[in-house]
Amino acid sequence: MGLTLRINGEDRAIASDPETPLLYVLRDELKLKGAKLACGLEQCGACAVIADGEAVMSCVTPAAAFEGSIITTVEALGETEIGARVQAAFIETSAAQCGYCTAGLVVAAAALLERHEVPDRQTILDALSRHLCRCGAHSRVLRAIELAAGTDA
Amino acid sequence: MSLDAHPLVRDWLECSHGRIVVKSGKVDIGQCISTALVRIVADELTVPPAEIDVAEVRTGVSPDEGVTSGSNSIEQSGKALRAAAATWRREFLAVAAAQLGVAAAALELAGGEIGYKGINRRLRLVDLIDDLPPDLRVDLTAVVSDRASGQALAPTPPRGLEDMVTGTFLYVQDLERPEMRHARIVRPPHARARLLEIDPAVRAGLERDGFRIVQDGSFLALAGPKEWPLLRAATRLASACSWDEQGGLREGDVFQMLQDHRRTSLLVVDGQPQPGEPPPPFAAADHEAVYERPYQMHGALAPSAALAEWRGGRLTIHSHSQGIYPLRDSIAESLDLARDRVELVHVPGSGCYGHNGADDAAFEAALIALAIPETPILLRWTREEEHAWEPYAPAMRVSLAARLEEDGEITGFSAEASGDSHSRRPRPGPNQAGPARLLANHFRAEPIVPRTAEPAMGRHVGLHRNLDPSYRFAERRVVKNLVYDLPLRTSAMRCLGAAANVFAIESFMDELAAKSGQDPLDLRRRHLDDPRALAVLEAIAPYWTEKGRMGEGRGCGLAYSQYKNAATRLATMVDLSVNDRAEIHLHKVIMAADSGRIIDPDGLRAQLEGGFIQGASWTLHEEVRWNRSGVLTRDWESYPVIGFDNIPEFEIILLEPPGEPSVGAGEAASSPAIAAIANAVFAATGLRLRRLPFTADAIRQSALGDPSSR
Repeated sequence: MGLTLRINGEDRAIASDPETPLLYVLRDELKLKGAKLACGLEQCGACAVIADGEAVMSCVTPAAAFEGSIITTVEALGETEIGARVQAAFIETSAAQCGYCTAGLVVAAAALLERHEVPDRQTILDALSRHLCRCGAHSRVLRAIELAAGTDA
Repeated sequence: MSLDAHPLVRDWLECSHGRIVVKSGKVDIGQCISTALVRIVADELTVPPAEIDVAEVRTGVSPDEGVTSGSNSIEQSGKALRAAAATWRREFLAVAAAQLGVAAAALELAGGEIGYKGINRRLRLVDLIDDLPPDLRVDLTAVVSDRASGQALAPTPPRGLEDMVTGTFLYVQDLERPEMRHARIVRPPHARARLLEIDPAVRAGLERDGFRIVQDGSFLALAGPKEWPLLRAATRLASACSWDEQGGLREGDVFQMLQDHRRTSLLVVDGQPQPGEPPPPFAAADHEAVYERPYQMHGALAPSAALAEWRGGRLTIHSHSQGIYPLRDSIAESLDLARDRVELVHVPGSGCYGHNGADDAAFEAALIALAIPETPILLRWTREEEHAWEPYAPAMRVSLAARLEEDGEITGFSAEASGDSHSRRPRPGPNQAGPARLLANHFRAEPIVPRTAEPAMGRHVGLHRNLDPSYRFAERRVVKNLVYDLPLRTSAMRCLGAAANVFAIESFMDELAAKSGQDPLDLRRRHLDDPRALAVLEAIAPYWTEKGRMGEGRGCGLAYSQYKNAATRLATMVDLSVNDRAEIHLHKVIMAADSGRIIDPDGLRAQLEGGFIQGASWTLHEEVRWNRSGVLTRDWESYPVIGFDNIPEFEIILLEPPGEPSVGAGEAASSPAIAAIANAVFAATGLRLRRLPFTADAIRQSALGDPSSR
């Protein structure tokens, strides 16, 4: 019996080898390219998705490990009130340059706000501790998250 | 330069389906240049930015603007587009005046429509396009310099941002085609190694499993329909290869090599290298110091990629290269193809910050596509490949000396910069210069090997960018040393030599201030005549004078620089602390910038913030390490970069003196960031750090007085 994953509110039958990391299943088989392949080493956060409410890296863990989990990718994030609010805040603050890290950051921020309605700065930093940005949009990303949380000064 | 080759308005602007389309040869590399170019056209034509599109950048269609680099896009493409749009505006008004039977001066242009007081009829600009002469030439005199600043134009979010936050923005890494094959390269352990053999059993097994192996000498690649199985197969193939290491990479202390190796030395006068022997160093300097930057990498977040297809005798390559025309020409020459049979299309990748693996990946994808014809090939480098094989920013050694008078006046200044070439982008030239700069050509069965670098002779380019300071010194000696036989491949990275040179000069100014008992801000002002330089320093002066006494381990530092002595003038002040674990924490950054006429105030701020943060990352963390067996820094753990936990608060002051043209700002902030941090560390700890990066270990060594940490 093949693997079935619950992704963005739908049950998807997966044809790939269940040992394939989730990211490759999302991108290569399901053509959901919002989560980015950038390091493949769980070191940069560009591949983040939400699994059972937690932002997780998808580039190493096999798809099989996500069986029974509720997975949300950046493509469906805007369907939640918090996800849409985070996306709007990123636009409001122009919190991206090249944007390659952005999808992962938006996912991480939405997962954070789902758990902490009003996170303090340290909680935000902890949530972004495994995310890299190379263009230097960091301070805008932090402002975007605080704007979405309503804690911006 | 852009306008000379492309003198017609239609080279730059067109109308399609009722919308204005901007045609530029400059490409988005994370700096959001297309957003600024749209704002320029919107400003001239009063058309809302949301109603303006940007054409894909494609060889044979887009204007050839060389390479998107050097903070030149606003000054080249932006200038051309402003003039083209202004020419259009003038002609539109003339045509409308004729149609309405009134004087052009009586017409009003707003919201992309022309109107006339007292009548309701309005003419849309886009409806008048067909009434303009088709071969209208761009007229620079159509530009009216006293138009309102771009600050008056409503903010526009960076183009593509909405798609970025929803995950639908397409990068070259995301491209997909019917029947597409993924591809991966199997790399040698290092640049000198050559392939001896591949275990035939493994090779046969992979081919049985449906993978295509492409080999040309020591260039080895693998293609297959699915990405993850391909990655696993590439690992199998790699383990089946044996390599002749040919003695391995050259090992040793690169800063020693920069002193010992053979070199070409050139005197630099007014930013320009001169023929002839440079004068000897100062015999008796009052202060001397040496500053060093190791090899550092662009470290793009997305490893390089390209999509190539060889179909019907034509090669089409989608690439995130910064220079699609020179790359096309270099690839065509490498493959003995006529240029018109090779087409390059720019598709964004992640931010690149200079010449990274993009061009090499484009050529490698082409080699694979030629071996597997009629099939789209998406080649993606791995993280490890990008870290180990991109062309790095050269290691540099900058040696400074000064004569300092009793009264605190600096009367003599000597600057000598040593390093490898910053200019190895593929560009056609004699002796297969372009092909020799494409990585795969070094490894093919008939290799085109790297050529000996020639010193860059332009004004403020390469090694000597910002080596000639903008301060007034009665006597100055500026020398660049292009050093040969160094261990790692290098090319252009954001700021080129300015990173090390401004780090050195602005640290040295601080040292001279301390030595002569002067305030660092006063010493700089004392040696500057340029009123716009003085104005940016004046803008941060209140922060500097009010900083007060900082607590233990906390300090402020400042730096001044004008990028290329010609672009944005920037004063930077940093407030930081050094904790008892010898870690630097950045608290606040104040920057005052004069980029001339402002096009996009928020985009300008974003470039200054991002530039500072990248400079801070170089300063605190970044160093490429290697040994005989190859590059050791192959991931983000071995090559750490700045994270969200050390981002300062920014306060940015934009000065806009009237009537001054727009100048580039993308590289303005990174180099002075390094010096301002070094100076603040000195203020906080009394430790003068002269070698990047300032890791906790380096700070501890410096505190212990270890001379090698100098």
